[in-house]
Amino acid sequence: MSTITATSTTTFASALNTAMSDAMEADESVVVFGEDVGTLGGVFRITDGLTKRFGSNRCFDTPLAESGIAGTAVGMAINGMRPVIEMQFDAFAFPALEQIFSHIAKMANRTRGRVRLPIVIRIPYGGGVGGVEHHCDSSEAYYAHTAGLKVFTPSTAADAYLMLREAIDTEDPVVFFEPKKLYWSKAPEDLSTLRQAYESESENSRRIGAQGQAVVVREGSDVSIVSYGPSVATALKAAEAAAEDGISAEVLDMRSLVPFDEAGLIRSVEKTGRAVVVAEAQGFVSVASEIAARIQERCFHSLASPVLRVTGFDIPYPAPKLEEHHLPDVDRILDALDEMQWED
Amino acid sequence: MDDPKTAPEPGHEKAEQASRIFAASRSFGITPEQYMLPAQQQIRMLDAAGTLVPVEQQGTGPGHEYPIPEDEVLLKAYAALVAGRRINDQNYALVRQGRLAVYPSSHGQEACQVGAALCLEPGDWMFPTYRDTVSVISRGVDPLEVMVSFRGDWHCGYDPREHRVGAMSTPLTTQLLHAVGVAHAAKLRGEETVVLAMCGDGATSEGDFHEALNFAAVFEVPVVFFVQNNGYAISVPLSSQSAAPSLAHKAIGYGLAGEQVDGNDMVAVLATLRRAVHLARENSMPLLVEAVTYRMQAHTNADDETRYRDREEVEQWKQKDPLLRMQTFLTGEGLLDDDAAGRITEAAEKVASSLRQAMTADPAENPLEIFDHVYAAPTAQLLAQRAQLDDELQRATTDEGAQ
Ligand SMILES: Cc1ncc(C[n+]2csc(CCOP(=O)(O)OP(=O)(O)O)c2C)c(N)n1
Ligand SMILES: [Mg+2]
Repeated sequence: MSTITATSTTTFASALNTAMSDAMEADESVVVFGEDVGTLGGVFRITDGLTKRFGSNRCFDTPLAESGIAGTAVGMAINGMRPVIEMQFDAFAFPALEQIFSHIAKMANRTRGRVRLPIVIRIPYGGGVGGVEHHCDSSEAYYAHTAGLKVFTPSTAADAYLMLREAIDTEDPVVFFEPKKLYWSKAPEDLSTLRQAYESESENSRRIGAQGQAVVVREGSDVSIVSYGPSVATALKAAEAAAEDGISAEVLDMRSLVPFDEAGLIRSVEKTGRAVVVAEAQGFVSVASEIAARIQERCFHSLASPVLRVTGFDIPYPAPKLEEHHLPDVDRILDALDEMQWED
Repeated sequence: MDDPKTAPEPGHEKAEQASRIFAASRSFGITPEQYMLPAQQQIRMLDAAGTLVPVEQQGTGPGHEYPIPEDEVLLKAYAALVAGRRINDQNYALVRQGRLAVYPSSHGQEACQVGAALCLEPGDWMFPTYRDTVSVISRGVDPLEVMVSFRGDWHCGYDPREHRVGAMSTPLTTQLLHAVGVAHAAKLRGEETVVLAMCGDGATSEGDFHEALNFAAVFEVPVVFFVQNNGYAISVPLSSQSAAPSLAHKAIGYGLAGEQVDGNDMVAVLATLRRAVHLARENSMPLLVEAVTYRMQAHTNADDETRYRDREEVEQWKQKDPLLRMQTFLTGEGLLDDDAAGRITEAAEKVASSLRQAMTADPAENPLEIFDHVYAAPTAQLLAQRAQLDDELQRATTDEGAQ
């Protein structure tokens, strides 16, 4: 995990919470709803206090039905609101897929841009927390594959704040993946600094998405470890370990899967000449596959070795006691680096 | 002291929705069950021949009272019926000529189609399906804009917000939840917007139907769910779809009132829908109206109806034609003379001929537009793909020029 300062109280969870309350403060049309998000503040407490502060018209519990939540959000967005909806866990968003794929993703295109749906679908995702079946899926590929959706996934508490604010402000629907194992990680920045940073950006860049850029979170010259969400921390640890073996690894956090910052990706890989893509999701037909394919298409002549992927296995997410064998870890990344034709 | 039989267990206090239903039913002097369940028989005001049915045989009663609309509303409905039938038949012909990609006709269901539009105020919303072309046009949307999708030019040709009509929805009953959302947003802002949410009989088996009724009742929003029961979902009859006594009976399970109406009786459909809209607005409550009707033509042009129903059945429904019944009624009441009827037919003919003309012309679509509306600002990848197609198109033009 990246640097933790003892003084900061900003956690990933509180950053998300503050992003929502700041957005609700700034714009009356922002409403938050889902299962248990009201009185309880959500099973992860991400919406804690919103009902108390803004009233039950602005943050409310719905009946237990994910399609109903997403479909109601469509109607509310048609009628001038900016809904932020919570899916309780990754695998429990699946009942909402018809509304998300057939309407949320397509409404703007269907109506030639006349009806845009500024909806944010928040989904806690990923494993590494000892969760039982249906609570640890990495389902980002389904959404990234669907034209019309934006897909964000922050890997730091600071990004949790900045990217959620932008997700709420953008005119496009955003599926916002929150790595649940990072909820209690901390940011060195305090929230008022982040708020100032965000609010000083122009209205226009907030609406069209300045956050859709990949960032280099660790500079290096020999290989690019390309990652996003919960895997960025693992990638950073691997880079640290690789440095001890004399390999200078650059770590790239994609941050936004759609839009996809191809230019940022190319810049890094052309510089290093090698790339390994790390993600928790199953590798077959995955976001990692897409990234690897793009590197091959665009950077072929700069590559000193094949592009590799370190991902979850192509299995249903395993039971808690077995998940450590499934998730990409430092050793598996280092093994991949070992394969990368270092002697010339 | 509370009656121990009715006193709620701690944590099981009655939802407020139930007490609203209680209040409404009490105001009619009936039990909540009597209020939520449909009347003993279908609401019907015109018999098959078009004669006014005596009040005591209309199916109405306390809590189920449906006043007959004013004369000018009835005349307006008739004009819309005639236009609707003309539009259905014109589009049917255009499909056969290959001018339309597809057209799900509502021939036979026009009373429902017209009723759905005429029961609403301008500030209200309607969420139609693929079959509800005539409703959408009756609501005031330009017919040519409605036809954009059936001609295959684009998915939706009108601005849903302009007339407050959702994009005609194909994924069954998904639009019912959109209706709930529109109503809920309006309610949060303190606006009195009623939303009419439409679906077919087969669609009531879908999960979103259930979720929408439940959400609407819990949120206490004024949504009128309007089910056109035309007997079939493509080939599957209602008996294979539901074991409920009627689709209107489904309402009570969610805590809302349901009514069943003769869907080929323009007077009854309009009376029932207008009252449902009024109750929804007054009490901020959802209601369900099931109209029993019949689709006289195949599901779409791609369907072969002879595989699942016989001619005899269709012929029987011809005897209940909504247009003829309404015409007989209005003429008998002295509301419609030959002059007025002639003017109405002429106006319908105009709509049909403008449709005919417009659909025979081939508009020049811009293929590059397929990239333009996916996101508010196109992604780098979409810009590259747009440039690729643009290049392909230009090379195609150059090649043509060279030949
Ligand atoms: C979710 C979904 N499943 C299947 C279909 C394909 N389909 C289109 S119309 C239809 C029948 C619907 O019947 P009904 O609800 O009775 O309406 P009608 O067509 O009779 O007006 C089916 C199965 C669809 N559009 N959406
Ligand atoms: Mg049907």
